[in-house]
Amino acid sequence: MTNLIRLHTFHGGIHPAENKQQSTGRAIQPAPLPPQLVLPLHQHIGAPAVPLVQAGDKVLKGQLIADADGFVSVPLHAPTSGHIAAIEPRPVPHASGLEETCIVIEPDGNDEWTEHTGLRQALSVDHLEDITPQQLTDHIRRCGIAGMGGAGFPSAVKLAVGKTPVHTLILNGAECEPYITADDMLMRERAEEVIHGAQILLHIIGAQRCLIGVEDNKPEAIEALNSALKKLNEEHHIDVVTIPTKYPSGGEKQLIKILTGEEVPAGGIPASLGIVCQNVGTAAAIYRAVEMGEPLISRITTLTGDSVSQPGNFEVLIGTPVSHLLSLAGYRPQSRERVIMGGPMMGFALPHTDLPVIKTTNCLLAPTEKELPTNEFAMACIRCGMCAEACPAELLPQQLYWFSKGQEFSKAEQHNLFDCIECGACSYVCPSHIPLVQYYRFAKGAIREEREAQAKSERARQRYEERLARKEREEAEKEARRKARAAAAEAAQKEKKAAASGDTAASPQADPDELEKLQKKLDAAQTAKTKTQEKLDAAKADDSLADKIPAFEAALAKTQDKIKALAKEIAAAKKAAKAAQNAAQSGEPAATATDKGDPNSPERLKRKWETALARLETAQKRLEQAKAEGSDTVPALEEGIAKQQARVDEAKAAYDASLNGGEVNGDAPAPAEKTAEEKAAETEALQKKILAQKDRVAKMQERHDMAKADGLDTVDALAGGVKKQQDKLQQLEQELAALNASAAATTEHEAS
Amino acid sequence: MGLLTLSSPHTHGPNSTGKVMATVALACLPGIAVMTAFFGWGTLINLALAIATALTSEALIVKIRRRPVSFFLKDNSALVTGLLLGLALPPFAPFWVTMVATSFAVVFSKQLYGGMGNNPFNPAMVGYALVLVSFPVQLTTSWALSGQMSGMDTASFSDTLQIIFAGQKELADAFTGATPLDAYKHLIVKGTATDVLAEDTFNGWLNGGWEWMNIAFLAGGLVLLWRRIITWHIPVAMLAALSLCSLVIGWDEDMYTPLYLHLLSGATMLGAFFIATDPVTASTTPLGKLIYGAGVGILIYMIRTWGAYPDAVAFAVLLMNFAAPFIDAYTQPRSYGHEKARRGLPEKD
Repeated sequence: MTNLIRLHTFHGGIHPAENKQQSTGRAIQPAPLPPQLVLPLHQHIGAPAVPLVQAGDKVLKGQLIADADGFVSVPLHAPTSGHIAAIEPRPVPHASGLEETCIVIEPDGNDEWTEHTGLRQALSVDHLEDITPQQLTDHIRRCGIAGMGGAGFPSAVKLAVGKTPVHTLILNGAECEPYITADDMLMRERAEEVIHGAQILLHIIGAQRCLIGVEDNKPEAIEALNSALKKLNEEHHIDVVTIPTKYPSGGEKQLIKILTGEEVPAGGIPASLGIVCQNVGTAAAIYRAVEMGEPLISRITTLTGDSVSQPGNFEVLIGTPVSHLLSLAGYRPQSRERVIMGGPMMGFALPHTDLPVIKTTNCLLAPTEKELPTNEFAMACIRCGMCAEACPAELLPQQLYWFSKGQEFSKAEQHNLFDCIECGACSYVCPSHIPLVQYYRFAKGAIREEREAQAKSERARQRYEERLARKEREEAEKEARRKARAAAAEAAQKEKKAAASGDTAASPQADPDELEKLQKKLDAAQTAKTKTQEKLDAAKADDSLADKIPAFEAALAKTQDKIKALAKEIAAAKKAAKAAQNAAQSGEPAATATDKGDPNSPERLKRKWETALARLETAQKRLEQAKAEGSDTVPALEEGIAKQQARVDEAKAAYDASLNGGEVNGDAPAPAEKTAEEKAAETEALQKKILAQKDRVAKMQERHDMAKADGLDTVDALAGGVKKQQDKLQQLEQELAALNASAAATTEHEAS
Repeated sequence: MGLLTLSSPHTHGPNSTGKVMATVALACLPGIAVMTAFFGWGTLINLALAIATALTSEALIVKIRRRPVSFFLKDNSALVTGLLLGLALPPFAPFWVTMVATSFAVVFSKQLYGGMGNNPFNPAMVGYALVLVSFPVQLTTSWALSGQMSGMDTASFSDTLQIIFAGQKELADAFTGATPLDAYKHLIVKGTATDVLAEDTFNGWLNGGWEWMNIAFLAGGLVLLWRRIITWHIPVAMLAALSLCSLVIGWDEDMYTPLYLHLLSGATMLGAFFIATDPVTASTTPLGKLIYGAGVGILIYMIRTWGAYPDAVAFAVLLMNFAAPFIDAYTQPRSYGHEKARRGLPEKD
């Protein structure tokens, strides 16, 4: 088939020595079973797989041993039969050098397959077209297929295309990296599998055409693909497109540009252009999965470099140790030896060879020092711009280098650092031999870290603001409730006054009980005074408490004021009592209980009961509301309701009693509010708390000052702490003030 | 087994900075040959002196900076600085002028900024500007007349040595004279183009040396383009801007220096291909290079026409050096996958 596609070109690119002929001399050979297979759970982009087996389990070849964890993940299958030796962290081929969980299989040598059938057979249909794309995609996912070109992106995810209709499937057979010939040999020897894979993929994504891009340095592969296409006795829309050899034409973005002239938007995916791109190896694996039901358990890997005497391509079980494979190819380690997983441009130099082959391992390159020299010292950048001419992403590598080196990351981002595909073309052409890509990796890493830190602090800020808002809201609600209560109380007061005004007597009220209560309060206050005085003396004696003296003095002064106030009230009450007595003696019905004036009259009791009942109802309503909103005030409200219920019962009992016997229980319906004694105790507790809090504030302030003086970076955090403690103190003081006010109100109320 | 774990790429092209600089030096050879043929030994003695001074200064300052001397000499940048100054200075310039210019270029305008790659200004042009401003007499009266123009042979090797090192004034007078640009600028005020061109300085168009020298540097520049050491942007923009100014403003050759003299006289071609293209101090983006080159061309025309100096490459280049970082910030190319280029400075910086 002739090349009918108009080709485009991408900017830049280089022509490094190809070095492919070394490994294409021999046919693909199956690598013998190694003594052990190490299968990392994370060989792909996305979440690691979850093991389904345990150490000691027997497994068969092709058996599912770890399942995908979520959408962007792929499962893992046993590459041969044997038993699980361990599931433990092992070194994996990753630049981080960290260990990751691996399933270790000890082969039994039988290589016994688990039951597997092709999807058509399994669904008992005759034609591929009878299987739905969803069924196919699910099957591909179950078979553990991830992009075999290098990145290892889960293939099923790529096929689950979004809203944009896909018009073109691109199969990437460019294989532009020097030395690697795995795809080349696959296309030469298994062209039908690639073509059938393309047909399956076309059916899944519903594209109108498929373009297989192959560089013109692989004439045998192009020939094989074309003859496989000819053998297809049906209409097809698959074209093998010969593209000029230029690194990195095999980059997904570059290949798309070459074949379609379109550019994948920065930060976007090919699907947004209606294009899906898959590696030819992936297509072949998909064919085997769909037609034979074989999961991805092996791949073709190139072994090459001058340090191996028999370079070639091997069909390798996933999990085979690199050392095992190297020995197959006649590996003789040299001094300053490197073993590179991948090609010389983008490959990753392994720290040692006790690492497994994974689904993305397309090449193991063991070059000699002479072949790929290492000892080149970088000279200064002279901004010659050769890198910019070579850059396939049309960046300005010379500028990115300056910004990365100078850690001017915002400028580096402005210069589209994140569009860098790390192809290494810039480093390759750099006359000063600067390891440019390394600088970009560093800058990208630093920027990512910065972004994460920023996101974290942003989350913290939001949390803080939400908390503030919540507090404010709660405060406002409290305030509103307080006002409502105050208004209700006022109204009640007015009503009471209105009731009392119909009555000439009992003003001021002179209840001997009241007098007694006041007396008690006075006693309590005096006790408090004595205690405070004692404390004050103790503080004065003890130097360590010296800083508390002013607080005690203040407390003492307050108590004294209170005593004075109480004494006054008592005097007034006594006076009133006398006046009332006088009035009674003069025959006026001053204090005699009229129905309305008597607090224990059935009518008043009834009103009290009704008020309590109304309050109970309001509280219940509030509780329901709180429950509906899922508010955390529910328990408090429930407690309140229980108390209110008790009050209602009490009020009712009192009322009933007054109706029944006309007897009045003097102690009954205790006022809802706390007595002055209780309040005094509470005040004292609160004051204690305030003192402790003041202490805390001082300590925090001290730490903050020290940190500030030392220039520590904890200053901000400590400043926050000081503020927090101060806020707490303020809150306590407010509470105290409120308590004092209410205590005053109580005394007033009780005195009135 | 411990393996080397280097970061990718693991292979490298055959290019090196030393080779780049050596290619630049080699591309100067046609120009050097023509200059020697027309103006005598002065050029070669100048070059030897300048290169020796440059290498010695570089070695000394690198040593003082406690850097490996041979590693830094290998980049050949001092060689090129010395070479360019040797070509730019008048052939009969006193030896100390050459030495002051070269050592200042290497030590002050390059190494004190941190060495190669870190200097904001073209070192050779800084050295040239320094001596031009400091020693104007020596710089303007030391230009050699070509053999053809003076109607006699060029100065002998020993005469040249005497003029340069012993400052033989009388001897020098026989071989030195005004440059064509200088002569035209001053004579056209008094007469017409025909009168001016009748002068000895111009007697023999394409026979006088300056034209051939410029053509030789143009040829060397094309070699640099072919070897992809430089790109076309700066030379083309510079020559185009200079031509445009000359055609629009100086179309009347009875009033202004004509275009062919602008292009083929003075340091025009040396400047366009060898000096303005210094990558360290020039703009680095494709569009930026065009703007930068055009700026150099316009400034050359302005200074040659209205300025005090007959030639202007050094000042024009230095002035545009100031602008290069600014130009770069606003001329970023469009990257793959972007609808348009991102230009200007980052929003928050």
